[in-house]
Amino acid sequence: MGIQTPNGFNLDNSGKRIVVDPLTRIEGHLRVEVNVDSNNVIRNAVSTGTMWRGIETILRGRDPRDAWAFTERICGVCTGTHALTSVRAVENALRISIPDNANSIRNIMQLCLQVHDHLVHFYHLHALDWVDVVSALKADPKATSALAQSVSSWPMSSPGYFKDLQIRLTKFVESGQLGPFKNGYWGHAAYKLPPEANLMAVAHYLEALDFQKDIVKIHTIYGGKNPHPNWLVGGVPCAINVDGTGAVGAINMERLNLVSSIIDRCIEFTEQVYLPDIAAIGSFYKDWLYGGGLSGKSVMAYGDIPENANDYSAKNLKLPRGVILNGNLNEVLPIDHGDPEQIQEFVAHSWYKYPDETKGLHPWDGVTEPNYQLGPNAKGTKTDIKELDEGGKYSWIKAPRWRGNAVEVGPLARYIVGYAQGKPEFKEPTEKLLRTLDLPVTALFSTLGRTAARALECQWAAHQMRYFQDKLLGRIKAGDTATANVDKWKPESWPTEAKGYGFTEAPRGALAHWIRIKDTKIDNYQCVVPTTWNGSPRDPKGNIGAFEASLMDTPMADPEKPLEILRTIHSFDPSLACSTQVMSPDGQEMATVKVR
Amino acid sequence: MAIIAWGACASWGCVQAAKPNPTQATPIDKVITNKPIIKVPGCPPIAEVMTGVVTFITTFGKLPELDRQGRPKMFYSQRIHDKCYRRPHFDAGQFVEEWDDESARKGYCLYKMGCKGPTTYNACSTVRWNGGVSFPIQSGHGCIGCSEDGFWDKGSFYDRLTTVKQFGIEKNADQIGMAAAGVVGAAVAAHAAVTAVKRLTTKREDAAQDN
Repeated sequence: MGIQTPNGFNLDNSGKRIVVDPLTRIEGHLRVEVNVDSNNVIRNAVSTGTMWRGIETILRGRDPRDAWAFTERICGVCTGTHALTSVRAVENALRISIPDNANSIRNIMQLCLQVHDHLVHFYHLHALDWVDVVSALKADPKATSALAQSVSSWPMSSPGYFKDLQIRLTKFVESGQLGPFKNGYWGHAAYKLPPEANLMAVAHYLEALDFQKDIVKIHTIYGGKNPHPNWLVGGVPCAINVDGTGAVGAINMERLNLVSSIIDRCIEFTEQVYLPDIAAIGSFYKDWLYGGGLSGKSVMAYGDIPENANDYSAKNLKLPRGVILNGNLNEVLPIDHGDPEQIQEFVAHSWYKYPDETKGLHPWDGVTEPNYQLGPNAKGTKTDIKELDEGGKYSWIKAPRWRGNAVEVGPLARYIVGYAQGKPEFKEPTEKLLRTLDLPVTALFSTLGRTAARALECQWAAHQMRYFQDKLLGRIKAGDTATANVDKWKPESWPTEAKGYGFTEAPRGALAHWIRIKDTKIDNYQCVVPTTWNGSPRDPKGNIGAFEASLMDTPMADPEKPLEILRTIHSFDPSLACSTQVMSPDGQEMATVKVR
Repeated sequence: MAIIAWGACASWGCVQAAKPNPTQATPIDKVITNKPIIKVPGCPPIAEVMTGVVTFITTFGKLPELDRQGRPKMFYSQRIHDKCYRRPHFDAGQFVEEWDDESARKGYCLYKMGCKGPTTYNACSTVRWNGGVSFPIQSGHGCIGCSEDGFWDKGSFYDRLTTVKQFGIEKNADQIGMAAAGVVGAAVAAHAAVTAVKRLTTKREDAAQDN
């Protein structure tokens, strides 16, 4: 018995209900509920965004040239990606072109974000689902060194290094103040790594923690600070001056050298630490291929990283673009962000109301009116929910759909689309990793696959930073140092009404903003964000979203310690602050929260 | 002992509290009223400022001196403008007029491009960002004032009396002084006017002496 969803899942909510709230080691606020059967296998899943802030309401009536700064604050982890999406939306609406150097610098900023986010996500948000920190205390430092040196030429690998680390770690654990390692499920049966692999991974966790603060300096140089660097409609704010008077006050050789050296270190760290760790850890977990969800059925990528400025068509985008439905890798469907029949948001199971909730709305015509009501079978109260009713409304996340289909977005989606398109830069590294792990291509459709794709993309992004930095240097050499186009900077030069959209591939997946400008001010602004797609609740037809689908049929070793749920949901790198955006057209007061 | 309000969100409300504040986002000191609150504002604050505040307390065993707004004086008692390395260009009337113009390439003052440095208290122009690598002005964009209360609602980030026509040096500083009294940064405007008038006066005196 159960409910069959149109997208092919059999939901049975008769078994024991488990609630995970808050789900930690993510960005933002997420609650997950599942039902397990008598064998502790997940048979029903419910994903809930538990917060919202109203950034789109706040944007109404403001200067479109300021919008990037507001939207950038949607998220401090994927800092920059919303700002880039926003300036693209405004430039699209107002038909503003940017110089080629600005395109290169923007690409470098976005690629830098990918590298930083993927590294930090794997080591500091995800790794503890695969790595048992306490087990590292039992490792033999000599054997750890042998393991490390067998997987990589990374120099920090001597027995003494691991021994010292182990002593530090022991003192830390014995102190009782475990800090970020507190409340972990240490000793859980679902951990599969030998102590030596655990010790090696903990060493790399600490090295990555130290290195990541240097990666963001690329943002600091081109954008002034990180988090939340500065952007500009029409180009980038940092002027270039390598050879003339006053070069010290602009992007000069010293600045360019600093960026270059960080890029080199990114390539090195990704290839000598991150990727070998993925292969090593993957080899111990290769039988744990749960978590596929929608990835083997329907995935979507908008594409990003334009080779040449001002061209956002698929052929000019270096990250793949397209939609795959129903597992058909032979057909990659094209996307049009302006087509009202393609991207639509539904609210039947979300805490909003539409005049007709059987229909979805394209973001240019978005309506967001909050409606916080629990379904009839929910347990608890509105301020203390014990169990949600997925038959009713149950999330602050709307349900975006592409032609009515729930899709997964993210690094795995990008790599699947790229693979299906036969692009060697995505297909070959994927096949190489699969061969190393002795796994078939279908193994990609899993939590492990999602985790591996993120690492492969990190490597790709690091090399692309080098590509665009070299491109920038090449243009400077040829005498082109332009970084901004001010032809349409002044609002007097704009039409009375304009509409546009901008899109990027954020680290977590496909991201787009839609804007309407009227009388030089923002009239309407909507964001549909990667985690909106992935964390989506059910739609009116009952299709479940990517998070929900990924949990289906996963066995849990101990339902009281839901490590498997964490491991799979973390593989999406959830970013909830991004996914719940609310606009009230008339600015009316919404729900109040009592702070005690 | 005290509560530290990290960042503009905790100190003032920040982006979600920008008009019309649909969720009634509220800063900490409006919710907790029975403990000292140390505000360390910024969107976000500089990391070394954050660790500096905490380690000051652990090193010296006392709370930092706070200003009237509850911010540690050690990092928030002077404006970006007071220590900005482009200040000599402001004083000399050398401004960026348009993005990527010759002045931008020489690192001239960004006042006319909307820089809120003159009205923003923070350590960015000295401590700078991410290990002192750079800060917004050094990378070509004006300060947006992200550590000040309500900075999202103080007009466009690009509005800074740029509607004054025929932007020369001393003449415009006088115009700023006279016209800008009611606009953001009146104190700044007055200051700019005073500086300019002083220079003008000195020049006139020198000229008079020569005659």
